[in-house]
Amino acid sequence: MTTRVADRRPLILRVVMSSFLVLWLIVAAFPFLWTLWGSFKVEGDFFSKADWLNALTGPLTIAETGGSFTSSGYYGAWVQEEFWRAAMNSLIVVVCVVCISLTFGTLGGYALSRSPYRYAFWLLLISLVFRAMPPITLVSGYLLPFFEWNLWGHLPTAIIVLVAINQPFTLWMLTSFFRNIPKDLDESAMMDGCSRFQAFRHVIIPVMWPGVITTGLFSFLLAYNDFAVTAMLLSKENQTMIPKIASFLGTTQTKGNVMFAVSSVISVTAPLFLLVMFFQRQIVSGLTAGAVKG
Amino acid sequence: MKHKTFLWFFLPSGMAMFLFIAMPIVSVLTQSVYAPHEQVIREVENCTLFGCSKATQIDQEATRALRDAEPMGRFVGPSIYTDRNHLAFAEIAEIWRNASGLGNFFGQVTNLPFYDALSFTLTYTALVTPLSLAFGLIIALAVNALPRLFRGPVIFVSLLPMIVTPLVGALILFWMIDARGVLGAALQALAGDPGLSIKASTPLMWTMLIVYGVWSSAPFAFVIYYAGLQTVPGDTLESAMIDGASRWERIRYVILPHLLPLTTFMALIKIMDNFRVFEPIVSFSAGAHAKSLSYFIYSDLGGETRLLSSAAATSVLTIAGIIVLISPVLVRTWHAFGRVRA
Repeated sequence: MTTRVADRRPLILRVVMSSFLVLWLIVAAFPFLWTLWGSFKVEGDFFSKADWLNALTGPLTIAETGGSFTSSGYYGAWVQEEFWRAAMNSLIVVVCVVCISLTFGTLGGYALSRSPYRYAFWLLLISLVFRAMPPITLVSGYLLPFFEWNLWGHLPTAIIVLVAINQPFTLWMLTSFFRNIPKDLDESAMMDGCSRFQAFRHVIIPVMWPGVITTGLFSFLLAYNDFAVTAMLLSKENQTMIPKIASFLGTTQTKGNVMFAVSSVISVTAPLFLLVMFFQRQIVSGLTAGAVKG
Repeated sequence: MKHKTFLWFFLPSGMAMFLFIAMPIVSVLTQSVYAPHEQVIREVENCTLFGCSKATQIDQEATRALRDAEPMGRFVGPSIYTDRNHLAFAEIAEIWRNASGLGNFFGQVTNLPFYDALSFTLTYTALVTPLSLAFGLIIALAVNALPRLFRGPVIFVSLLPMIVTPLVGALILFWMIDARGVLGAALQALAGDPGLSIKASTPLMWTMLIVYGVWSSAPFAFVIYYAGLQTVPGDTLESAMIDGASRWERIRYVILPHLLPLTTFMALIKIMDNFRVFEPIVSFSAGAHAKSLSYFIYSDLGGETRLLSSAAATSVLTIAGIIVLISPVLVRTWHAFGRVRA
């Protein structure tokens, strides 16, 4: 829309729209700020039975620790409950998943984008169906074989499973990206005597990075945010961050520590916050790439 | 591209999907027709001075041997699908005979575990998908009216609910809406009922799960609609204005048709994502009030006794469900491709 159109909006409409937007921004951001603030309080304040204002002023925090802010939640989670171990596991899983699925995905996506045959279309359609299946339905298929073959509980198992679950999405995204790179580029290289792989290696790889980085961001999010696969397939000592947070909540059998969960929730959100800050443009373009090109 | 080259390029990705997506489907299918072995019962005779008595006891060794020999369990055919925890044909027939009216019938059917999960999953999908699309469209229209300077920061904040880990985002909301949290306290004050608690009320729990769903998926719709709005043809809009179209008519006849293909795309993605709703139920510890199909499988798989066969049967039904839901899109894509080829 041109600015001229925007200028002509009636005042009432502009007021309604702006107030709606302000309301949305509060709804979107306030929960994070509130939890960040609350993570430096004790449980009695953040979950105050008496008065919600306690979460802001923190009388119990002052009474219990002497200061108006306490890092006991963070200390308890990271040191006492060894959340750092889960963070290391998450780091390993995420880095491996992103690297492997991008390698597989670029090769496969490139092939799909350059094949004129009908089976390429069928493969894409099948991977759309795979994309639609809830991961937990697959997990129930893994458990018995993994127990039988002693594969259950190890990080490499979770990594390869996440890579596979990631593939349909990665393939779709990279295929549509490679389709936008002109065919002439690699075909002229092949005219000059390159093999298909050499053309891919010397002509396509140098120009593919924007698409690969965008796809990589989404692979990162999928691996980082996963709960269903990592919670069911990893043993306790190999747990990643998200299942670890769930274990802080406690179950009917074990008592949890909510403040540990609150502080680790903030710790998990911080990297995502930075990610959006630095890669906002790529995330937005990645989201729209799939939609606009269909 | 030659077939052979294609094969080599596609092999790693294809193998990963074959081994860890296609094979597990086969594994789920087979598991769903096998049930765990029952314990081997042995009859022993205890003889004392006063005569002999017969007693039955579990033969641990034989049971273990049998389970090791056939880890799949015993073949039971489709009986797991039809038992009370899944399709429950017998129970439904029973309810049909005794129910006093259609409302009563559906009320009783949704008390059965599988239909309970199915009804929540479908309600969630049917409400969250259109609501988050509509919400995203309004945000996009509002952001589009902003001066350029503000758009970046607004997009940044709007992305947060979508990008945050679902389990974590749901926890953050749950802690606020909890009876001891800030929104929970506000709700209690509004309703004038100090005992009001989301954990105790099924309708409140469903509402909150749906609110979470809209909160977390509206940004996706917003970003895509916003990108779509940037490509609305300027001259069409201008000629509509010259022809005297009002603001609403311009939105109705120019902008919305332009955004329609995006809407179908997003509806497809959102139906897939909402149908697998799972993490918020864990975060809200809502298992008592709202179960989704994914959560139903998860609770069968976890815990002391892993009910693998039951989970497998539910998984097969879930996969069938999602395929039915997205089949219109699949058929359309297939036709579209046929037209391109022809």
